[in-house]
Amino acid sequence: MNDFAHLLDRLAYEPRRNAKLRLLQDFFAGTPDPERGWALAAMTGGLTFREAKPALIRALVEERVDPVLFALSHNYVGDLAETTALIWPGPEESSDAFPSPRTRGEGSDDDLVVGATSGSDGEGASKDEVLPDPPPHHRLPARSADDAVGRELSPRAGRGDALSPGPGHNNPPPSVPTLAEVVETLATTPKRALLQHLAHWLDALDETGRWALLKLVTGNLRVGVSARLAKTAVGALGGHEADAVEEVWHGLKPPYTELFAWVEGRGERPESRNPAPFRPPMLSHPVEEFEDLETLEPEAFSAEWKWDGIRVQLAGGRDNQGRQVQKVYSRTGEDISEAFPDLMDAITFNGALDGELLILREGRVQSFNVLQQRLNRKAVTGKLLDEFPAHVRVYDVLAAEGEDLRGLPFAERRPRLEALVRRLDHGRIDLSPLVPFTTWDEVAAARADPASAGAGADADAIEGVMLKRLNSPYLPGRPKGPWWKWKREPYVVDAVMMYAQRGHGKRSSFYSDYTFGCWREGAEGEELVPVGKAYHGFTDAELQKLDRYVRNHTTKRFGPVREVAYGRETGLVLEIAFEGVQRSTRHKSGVAMRFPRVSRIRWDKPPAEADRVDVLERILARGEREVAPGAAMEASE
Amino acid sequence: MSQRASDLLTLTREGLYCPLGRFHVDPTRPVERALITHGHADHARAGHGTVLATPETLRIMAVRYGEDFCTSRQEARLSERMRIGDVIVFFAPAGHVLGSAQIAIEREGQRIVVSGDYKRAPDPTCLPFETVPCDVFITEATFGLPVFRHPDTRGEVRKLIESVTLFPERAHIVGAYALGKAQRVMALLREEGWDRPIHLHGAMEKLTELYKREGVPLGETPKVVAADRKDLHGAIVLCPPSSIQDLWSRKFPDPVTAFASGWMRVRARARQKGVELPLVISDHSDWPDLCRTILDTGAEEVWVTHGQEDALVHWCGTRGIRAKPLHMLGYGDDGEAEPDPGHDPKMEEASA
Repeated sequence: MNDFAHLLDRLAYEPRRNAKLRLLQDFFAGTPDPERGWALAAMTGGLTFREAKPALIRALVEERVDPVLFALSHNYVGDLAETTALIWPGPEESSDAFPSPRTRGEGSDDDLVVGATSGSDGEGASKDEVLPDPPPHHRLPARSADDAVGRELSPRAGRGDALSPGPGHNNPPPSVPTLAEVVETLATTPKRALLQHLAHWLDALDETGRWALLKLVTGNLRVGVSARLAKTAVGALGGHEADAVEEVWHGLKPPYTELFAWVEGRGERPESRNPAPFRPPMLSHPVEEFEDLETLEPEAFSAEWKWDGIRVQLAGGRDNQGRQVQKVYSRTGEDISEAFPDLMDAITFNGALDGELLILREGRVQSFNVLQQRLNRKAVTGKLLDEFPAHVRVYDVLAAEGEDLRGLPFAERRPRLEALVRRLDHGRIDLSPLVPFTTWDEVAAARADPASAGAGADADAIEGVMLKRLNSPYLPGRPKGPWWKWKREPYVVDAVMMYAQRGHGKRSSFYSDYTFGCWREGAEGEELVPVGKAYHGFTDAELQKLDRYVRNHTTKRFGPVREVAYGRETGLVLEIAFEGVQRSTRHKSGVAMRFPRVSRIRWDKPPAEADRVDVLERILARGEREVAPGAAMEASE
Repeated sequence: MSQRASDLLTLTREGLYCPLGRFHVDPTRPVERALITHGHADHARAGHGTVLATPETLRIMAVRYGEDFCTSRQEARLSERMRIGDVIVFFAPAGHVLGSAQIAIEREGQRIVVSGDYKRAPDPTCLPFETVPCDVFITEATFGLPVFRHPDTRGEVRKLIESVTLFPERAHIVGAYALGKAQRVMALLREEGWDRPIHLHGAMEKLTELYKREGVPLGETPKVVAADRKDLHGAIVLCPPSSIQDLWSRKFPDPVTAFASGWMRVRARARQKGVELPLVISDHSDWPDLCRTILDTGAEEVWVTHGQEDALVHWCGTRGIRAKPLHMLGYGDDGEAEPDPGHDPKMEEASA
């Protein structure tokens, strides 16, 4: 557990992808089974157990530490798990550094329930005596590694003096739990026994271990690592690509011993027992300029709409008892089936379809804003299913009737797809139509005006066109050449820089993240109000100039954030490109942009001429039109 | 029992003052006669008349402020009892940095100890702290909250060396205060077997040379030549804390930003400074050591100079020890002791 905790600690501070990857590889290579497998499960969201409430943690620590000191500390540190981890009176060193058994918690009021002595400097012994005394009646007797003793000490059995071990009772030092032990115990322990296990582990772990444990049990473990990155690191142990791990992943369960055996060349490739496995998707490259297309022959490509939804994969198959298994996977291979019960009926096939998740109302595709309202809900209620019916518009077939079709060229897969969709004949699944064309100019015209090019009323849900090479097989990952996405022109506004924050990683010494604002009528006249934040879109040379601008125009500092001079006369105008606008309670302006980036730096433009918030409101209104009419919707916001 | 503690030591605008001896201790403004506990800039300032301090502290002040930092210097030898006016004074090691001392002031069987900044953890670059029993103990509380328990420094230094092993192509830029912390980190690196050169920012050079002259072995410590920065793959580079986010650090190959400070115990603090490799190495006492030291001195009364006074005063109360905060200004402004001397304060991140 300590090793895993130290990995998490290091990952939390490390902004660079490659460095994270190296840390992960180093950990997986150096940690035995099953510990590394449980770690992998923790990082890929594969652990399920009952979470502990913050109140429980607080109660636990206040039994051991003067509540005044705890409150002062919590106030200073800010985070409950971290404060608890830091303040917990426990041994800092591993127990084997102190082989002699110690007695704890049985002395006079003067010696406190503190774990091992620090020992490192030869002065540790007296350390025990100086930690604050909790009121005696609150003090728990020592915990022991022996479970039988531990059980007696459950809070329900009463606490304190009555259960104190008698004089001369030697408690062995607590043993450091493995991650495996923690996870298995959490999964099987009833709630009332959780407290005692937790206390026991906290006694045994070091500070970082306690921090990680508390984050884990309270369900707040944020690793800063994607499941994909963790799988990449596992694959790299044996020179496999992440996609190869992805292919076998869904047949496996924590602690993934077969997986590690395979990548390390000690075992067979795990046979996927999942009848509806995830297959890594094929991704495209962007068309930056029209000129990019001029080197390509139009007759070698097929075109279709790029839908503004969520990329999903529908997979179906029969298990060994002949039951149909239905899965919905995200682009990254996350199993999101539970969130879409309304799609289950549609997956009657044996195979896998690639498509876009959309909300359809009366046959009309709704905007991304509407889709988000479905995605943001935790509970999938009948009301939600009625108001936001899920639909998948499919554009590729990866497998059908047990046959892997990914090796076939697009031109052969497409008729198979069309036939399959026809056969399914289900209202929740339809075919993404092809966009006919003979020249790139015709594609450009369709992209500029999808409504007139056959998309009709669905045009607002289209974010560009996809170009797919007719002779290309379905290749996982992002191969350059076969697939291109040509997004519609982004929205742009002119906004004024208001705050700048230092970046991360290579940019940690540059002010590279900019909060910008637009004008609106405020209580005291015209005011700038923040509408978003952007941290890319500029070149390194421009970043240097922006950084210098921030340093020379700083008016206030808040930690890593600087406020710069802004107003009608002074300030820097940034042209911001973005893909759409959403309602936001986080921004004072009430709106938030999707994918904002700096498209131009308008050194020349007076800030008074920057855009107004109304511009964003109008774009938002366009997207919100599709929200079903009626007050019920508004109320559920 | 006619004499009260406040007759021996009072608080004035300049800092702690002994009226019976007519001297100040660590005054924050120029005074006629100053007794200085240690060489950090917030305790040892230039411009006093007579300065009484350990020989090492006097030499540190001369290096920092020039030979004319005061009108006349007087060396205090450790444990040597000196009469100043109507009181007896002696110095005892504080374990904080090279030359650091506590100052004991006595009269008529009553003793006050001004501890300055101190630590109990081992430090190869200075003498260990000695407990001086006293009636009134004046302590700092930089890390005066029970969340501060400094880990074994060896583990922290090993973390740095392991990171270099894992990322041999990246320079490791370690922010450390120029006096004491930097040299301690160097000495700890040597203890852990790091025998390659330790590269220094220019601001570290003079004090590091002084430590070497004082007999602290630190090995090869070349100054970073601006043009060579891009070639320092896998090097350990020490610089003042303010430089880790400076233009200066950008020219190293893919730098890993480390910072050696007790503040690194708190994650938000480390993040705020943009630190990627926090090293919890402090020259101050952690909470257990603050509490232990108070008990060890046997003091009936404790005055807390600066830091997180509330928690320590509260704890003293639970132990039946009278305690009061002095709310002294000017000490430990930017957290752990030291503003970097010679550094343009405008460039500092003001918030820390």
